[in-house]
Amino acid sequence: MSKLVLIIKREFIAKVRNKSFIVMTFLSPLLFVGIGVFVGFLSSMKADLKTIAVHDESGLFVNEFKSDEEYKYLNLSNVPMSVLKDSIVSEAYEGILFVPKSTDNLVLQKNMQFISNESPGVMFIEDLENTISDKITQDNYIKSGLDTLAIEKANADVSIQLEKASGEESLKGLNEIKIGIGGAFGYLIMMFIVIYGNMVMRSVIEEKTSRIIEVIISSVKPFQLMMGKIIGTSLAGILQFLIWALLGLTAITILSSVFGAQVGAGANAQVMQTAQQEMAGNMQMYLKEILNLPIFTILISFIIYFIGGYFLYSSFYASIGAAVDNETDSQQFLLPIIMPLILGVYIGFFTVMNDPHGTIATVFSMIPLTSPIVMMMRIPFGVPWWQIAISITILFASFFGVVWFASKIYRVGILMYGKKPTWKELLKWLRY
Amino acid sequence: MSAILEVQNVVKTYGDYTALNQVSLTIPKGSIYGLLGPNGAGKTSLIRIINQITMPDSGLVLLDGKPLQPNDVQYIGYMPEERGLYKSMKVGEQCLYLAQLKGLSKQEAQKQLKYWFERLEIEGWWNKKIQELSKGMAQKIQFVVTVLHQPKLLILDEPFSGFDPVNANLIKDEIIELNKQGTSVIFSTHRMESVEEMCDHIALIHKSNKLIEGKLTDVKKQFRTNSFEVGILTDNVEGLMYDLTQKFTLSQTDFKSLNDELKLEIQLGTATPNELLHVLVQRGQVTHFMEKIPSVNDIFIQSVTE
Repeated sequence: MSKLVLIIKREFIAKVRNKSFIVMTFLSPLLFVGIGVFVGFLSSMKADLKTIAVHDESGLFVNEFKSDEEYKYLNLSNVPMSVLKDSIVSEAYEGILFVPKSTDNLVLQKNMQFISNESPGVMFIEDLENTISDKITQDNYIKSGLDTLAIEKANADVSIQLEKASGEESLKGLNEIKIGIGGAFGYLIMMFIVIYGNMVMRSVIEEKTSRIIEVIISSVKPFQLMMGKIIGTSLAGILQFLIWALLGLTAITILSSVFGAQVGAGANAQVMQTAQQEMAGNMQMYLKEILNLPIFTILISFIIYFIGGYFLYSSFYASIGAAVDNETDSQQFLLPIIMPLILGVYIGFFTVMNDPHGTIATVFSMIPLTSPIVMMMRIPFGVPWWQIAISITILFASFFGVVWFASKIYRVGILMYGKKPTWKELLKWLRY
Repeated sequence: MSAILEVQNVVKTYGDYTALNQVSLTIPKGSIYGLLGPNGAGKTSLIRIINQITMPDSGLVLLDGKPLQPNDVQYIGYMPEERGLYKSMKVGEQCLYLAQLKGLSKQEAQKQLKYWFERLEIEGWWNKKIQELSKGMAQKIQFVVTVLHQPKLLILDEPFSGFDPVNANLIKDEIIELNKQGTSVIFSTHRMESVEEMCDHIALIHKSNKLIEGKLTDVKKQFRTNSFEVGILTDNVEGLMYDLTQKFTLSQTDFKSLNDELKLEIQLGTATPNELLHVLVQRGQVTHFMEKIPSVNDIFIQSVTE
């Protein structure tokens, strides 16, 4: 058996047997689901009923405010304002809406007040304003002798259909879905690099501090050891992802079979059915659009960028592990590695979203340190194949460069003990 | 006697620092070769080059007459001064892994391991993790790992550090036994008494240069001062002293003996031992007459401080 295979096997088994790996693999999906359920539970909880006192001296809006589950409107126009203000605490009013006594709508518009002790919610005030504006507009129509029904009919409601030049129909909100899919893949690559890169680094440091390194490299080339470590660790990571994917699929299958039956039973009601049909129609169109995305390209490039990006970065991580004696010393070297990763994610979510084929997005999808993330986010928007080809070529060319560079530092670093090296010294090691 | 290892004009620099300056060594087949030198002399650099951990800037290393090949690691067993094993890996798995890295098949490794575990009476440790073992126990495992693949050349850097006297003796006997079976040993240490006891060849490296190399007896001859330790019982000390100072240089010395005799160290200069004896027997009863042979320790200190 080749030595590289031996090393890969050992690294893989060492990682997989580790207790923290087992705990992480099976606990984190539980944690994930747990947080999801918790957030769902929180948002489904009914907010406390809030009482709003309406003091409407104009009498125009008394019937406009409809109480609902969240807000209860009390018509207290008969109670003097001074009394209301005093009782705001004792009666536990959320606030008092004050409408002055006037028949002039211009005066009304300017002199509405909402009095409260705590700042009211932005959405609530907006709703309030809309209700009042609608009423005043209506009133203005009537006062000007306009036919409100005719106006209502004349109101246009435009919805622009998006269509590609090829004639396919597009849907609104698709960009969000695209960036969501690309973002998920890009983010996955980043997370994998950070988690497993760190693992590679820690394993190098462990070999260095336990001093077994000299025994090992009297049997194998440092380069073989480094590559074996990187590959073995990545295999452990891929196994973890596979387990998660399997758990996720199982969970979805179980959930959909349970809830699918429920939805079917409830669908008897006529109203529900029409609403559902409409929903289902929309869903089908979105689904069709998603299926129209270059899924094959996305998956293939995900695998390629995943491998390229992970190997590129974990070589850095390995050489950092070799350069230092303990994990705390590694921080100063880690920062320049994390920066491009974070930059990639930010560029993905802000620049690619607005302008997927603009200069900035294109350039950063070529730079090897950010391309695995940025290009993954661009691909759902449709990237010409030659751009992907160039980007991948650059990525793998620089991968070999970085591995060469990293293995030099690694080779020297693993035998260096004592003081924390500086950047200058690392560069000097390249010439050893 | 042919050489198992030849180092020819090896130069190694780290930046501006020269670790090895044109060093050449010949390690004869079947020898126990002491590689001596103060800390920082360049021993470790040389050992790492022999193990192909680092490459020399120039110069050649020949194993069995042929330039070192990457595959030659299987013929060399190396125990570094800084010992280390995977702490959380089980002893048996670890030994198998390290043996396979050296090129052994799994079956062969298992066979050898069984032999060594029985020989050192450590069969019960197979499923223990290194972190559960004491330092001395881990050292034993380290030794097993070093010799498991039956290397032709064994390189041991301070092999006895960390062992208690009993285990140090045990390991020493194992090394001698392996040597008898034909394994050549390079032995780097600061413990001069074990060099004296075990080595038949030595080399001394100081400040990146080789100062001395050769058979231990030859080196000692080279460093002999032609002086003798003499014990003599005499009534006429003054007469004796008079005679001696005519021809020789004297100094007081001490050695263990049963008599209350006069103890002298006598520098012969160009005279022969017989001439000295001739003077002595005329003046009293000679109880002790021995050439003062330089110890490795003396040679080391003398060479390094010169």
